Parts: sequence; C-alpha cells; structure tokens
Amino acid sequence: MKSKNLQVIYVMWLREMKRFLRAKSRVIGTIAMPFFFLISFGFGMRQGFNLPGMPQMNYLNFLVPGIIGMTMLFNSMFAGISVLWDREFGFLKEILVAPVKRFAIVLGRIAGGITTALIQAILILILSLFIGFKISNPLGIILAILFMILIGIGFIGLGVALASILETMESFGVINQLIIFPTFLLSGAFFPVTNFPGFLRPIVLIDPLTYGVDGLRASLIGFSQFPLILDLVILLIFGLLMVALGSWLFNKTEI
Amino acid sequence: MLAIETKNLTKEFNGLKAVDNISLEVKEGEIFGLLGPNGAGKTTTIKMLATLLAPTKGEAKVCGFDILKQRDEVRNSIGIVFQEPALDNRLTGYENLDFHARLYGLDTQTRKKRIEKVLNLVELQEKANVLVINYSGGMQRRLEIARGLMHYPKVLFLDEPTLGLDPQTRHRIWDYILLLNQKEKITVILTTHYMEEADYLCQRVGIIDFGKIVALNTPQNLKNILGGDVITIEAFPPQKAFDALKIFSWVLKISQHNDIINLNVQEGERKIPLLMEIDQKEAGFMIKSINLRKPTLEDVFLHFTGRTIRETDAGQSEKLKRMRHRVRR
Repeated sequence: MKSKNLQVIYVMWLREMKRFLRAKSRVIGTIAMPFFFLISFGFGMRQGFNLPGMPQMNYLNFLVPGIIGMTMLFNSMFAGISVLWDREFGFLKEILVAPVKRFAIVLGRIAGGITTALIQAILILILSLFIGFKISNPLGIILAILFMILIGIGFIGLGVALASILETMESFGVINQLIIFPTFLLSGAFFPVTNFPGFLRPIVLIDPLTYGVDGLRASLIGFSQFPLILDLVILLIFGLLMVALGSWLFNKTEI
Repeated sequence: MLAIETKNLTKEFNGLKAVDNISLEVKEGEIFGLLGPNGAGKTTTIKMLATLLAPTKGEAKVCGFDILKQRDEVRNSIGIVFQEPALDNRLTGYENLDFHARLYGLDTQTRKKRIEKVLNLVELQEKANVLVINYSGGMQRRLEIARGLMHYPKVLFLDEPTLGLDPQTRHRIWDYILLLNQKEKITVILTTHYMEEADYLCQRVGIIDFGKIVALNTPQNLKNILGGDVITIEAFPPQKAFDALKIFSWVLKISQHNDIINLNVQEGERKIPLLMEIDQKEAGFMIKSINLRKPTLEDVFLHFTGRTIRETDAGQSEKLKRMRHRVRR
C-alpha cells in the first residue's frame, strides 16, 4: 500500500482518537451499559444455571465473553454509522472532496473504531475480573483480542455500508432496533445457542456475532459450542465481505 | 488554458432540473461569479464540478480533467469552501487544518508553515487551540476559508463565502479572496446571492435562474445592457434644457418630468463634464443639480428574470423548496 494511503488511514485514526479522548461522557456512557448488563445478569442469574449435556459452570463466566462481544458490537456499529454524523454535521464533504482513495478512508475509520471499541471491551474485561470472572488460560487473552478485532472489522464495515445507503440520521433508530439488538440477543451472549428453538436456529447461525461470542468463550473460559477454527474462518469471511461492501457503498456516496 | 469548461451540464433530482444545460468557460486566473437566488442551482453546479455529485447529463472539465473520469486529478486541483459548515467541531481549529493538510499529503514542515500562514491570513492564530464548537459563525467561516487555501489549489470554489456574516468580516474576506487571486494566481469560482459581492469581486458574472444561465458577462457590460447610466438633471426652465440636451449624440434617451430631465447615457461619469461645458447663458437655462445613478446587478437581475433577487428568495414554489432540501443534503 502506498504511503499516502497509510497517511490517510493514520489521520482518520488520529481524528477518532482525539474525539474519543475528549468525549468523556461518551466513554462512560458506552461502558456503563455493558457493565450494568454484567452486574444485573451476572448476579441475578448466579443460581440455577445448569444445562443438560453441558458442564456445570458459573453463569458469570459464561456471560462475560458475551458482554465483551456486545461491547464490541455496539461500539463497532456506532463507529461505522458515525458516517451519518459526519454527513449531518457537514464534515463528510471535507473527507469526500479530498484527493484520497475512499477505501483508505474506510480503513482509517475501521482502525479508529477498533481502537476505541477494544479499549472499552478490555476495560469491561478488567472490571469483570473484580466481580469474580475467571480466565481459564491467560494466553487465551491474546486469542480473545484477535476475536474482538475480527468482530470489530466486520461490524464497522457493516455500519459504514448501512450509513452509506441510509443517508439520514433518522434511520439510525431503525438500525439500532432492527439490526444491533437482534444481532446481540440472538448471538448466544446470554444463553447457549442450543437453547433457542428450531425456528430461530437459522437466524442464530447466520448471526456473525454468534461465532464471535463463541470464539471469545473458547479463548477466555475454554468452553465453546462450535470448533474454534470455524469461528475464526466465519468471522474472517464476514469481516472481508463487510469491508468490501462498506468500501464499495461508501465509494458511491454522494453529498 | 481554461480552468473550468462545462458542456450542457445538467442535474436532475426526481425529474426536476436543478441545473439545466449549463455551458460555460472560466479562464485561468479569473474570479468568476455565479449569481442567483437560493435554489437556482449554484450549489449543485459547484458540487458537480467538485466531483461530489455526478451530473445527469453533459460534461465538465476542471483544469482540463474530466469530472467523472479523472476525479482524483480534479480533487487534487481544487479547494472548496462549502456553503454549510464542514468542520469537525470536536477538534480545534489547528487540528482541523492539520487534518486537512495530512489528507492532502503535505509533509510535516510544509504543514506547519502553511497552517501558520493561513491562520495569520484569517487572523485566527490566537484561537488556533480552541475547539471549533466554541467558534462564532464568522470565525468558523474564516477557518473554512483558511482550510480551502492550505494546499494552494489551482481552482478555489467558494459557495456563498460570506453568507450570514457581518459587513466587517465580509469585507475582510473579500479582500483575502482578491489577495489570493492576485498573489497566488488562484482561479476563484464563487456563488453568491449578494449583488454587491459579485460586483466587488468578479471579473465576470453568470446570472443563474431556475438552473439556467440567463446572462453572462462582466458586471459592467451586464449593466450596460440595461441602457447604461441615468443622469438626472434639475433645470430651469426645463423645456429650454430639454431642447438643448436632446441634440447630443451621446444622449441615448431623454425624458422630462416637471423640472426633472432624465438622460440615459453610457459611462455617465464621463458625460457630466460634457454637461458642464454647455454655455448655459447662451442656451438660456440654468442647471440646478445633477445626479448620476449607475445600474446595479440587482437591476440586471430584474432585467433578465423579471423579478428582484429578494422576491425570488421569498416566493419560491414549494416544489423548488423541497428540491433545495434534497440538494442541500
């Protein structure tokens, strides 16, 4: 890749970092939600988590990877969809009129979004250690970060793609209700995917976050419902597809 | 060489023609104005030339580069100051400029030098490290203009550069634009619906209405089309004066209304001395007062569209308003 494109990626990343570090309320706000989920479900359902055909386990241990997946999902989608904000506040014009490859702009946004999402997900991971979460194998953290990055790439790409098609801020609510929440609720973040009835299974199985959460569980607590390699391959394909789709649609964007 | 060349440039939104078969040429080094009311198609034209919108029909070249086939080259040659704010207000003024400079691939040293230079130019050095969200409208405007100049574009588009600014700031910005044009040889294309702005800055003006260029010439020639200047003379006795004045070949039209005589002439300021040379005693009348009125671009706009620009702004049809909304987004 030419150094000019790297410069574009860097400047997009730098901008995101500056904005992130200044928006303290945003950081607190986005961490608070997963953290409350963690506390309420983690403690509320401590008892009575025993599934046929599965090893007995502490629900908190089961839940934490799901919440980390959720943190990555929310922050990544927001990072992708922030194209809508840039459009609304006019800054998108400044970006689009510049003599740079649109693909590099999308990659820059992904780099920035992943960094901020990772920071928050890792903060959640650290917080969960204080309330009793046990990592089965410390080396698994590296693998877990890989999974977080893959989740990030895919959903930021999806966010950019959606923002490029929808073009208005009002559509953000729709995306939130119709895509982000179902993706999260059906991913097995809260319960094993085997608990869902048959008619929901296809949706669960095409939900990319299912494999993200499963992969995170495999890396952090050594429990998974799919083979680790399957999780990796599916997320990799999802990521590549979404980056291609997002770049393609973003490239066609007009003001 | 031509800075801008368009042929039958057309843009439709849902079947409505926002820009209708515009063909124009702008020379290198020129300050060219597109004058027209809101919704006339000025911004849409600029956006097409800046590669932000694809035309429905027709073609255009900027610095010899095709706006569809050579987008990167076009983008490399232009700077643009948008009508609506296009700043990141969560960054400081300096950071906005730095972002821009990096995006345009300036190296560290050039970057620092240019930022300092343009900040000085728009007198924002002291506010450089303040978040843009805390800037006033005028300061934001100046920052945007500074940003548009940073990479020394060959062609600078200014979309309503002084819209909503106070007169003092407006004049400062006009002077910056003239300075840039003269010192850096930057071609400037500006849109405006302020008559005095077009008059003050532009070497040539295209009057645009409902997406069409209805007149295109130097401001002076446009005004001359109206039949030149009007000299109003108060004289006694008026009839004698009327008879004495009507014989001059440079008087294009003469009319009398009580004590007042109106003369239509070209270059009125050169005709006043001629009036003074008349031997009033011999002709038997006395001139009490002389008043010269030059037509404004406002008169020109009225002449070509049948409406004043303010009437047009106020009374646009609903259809156009909706279209405008779409165009702005």
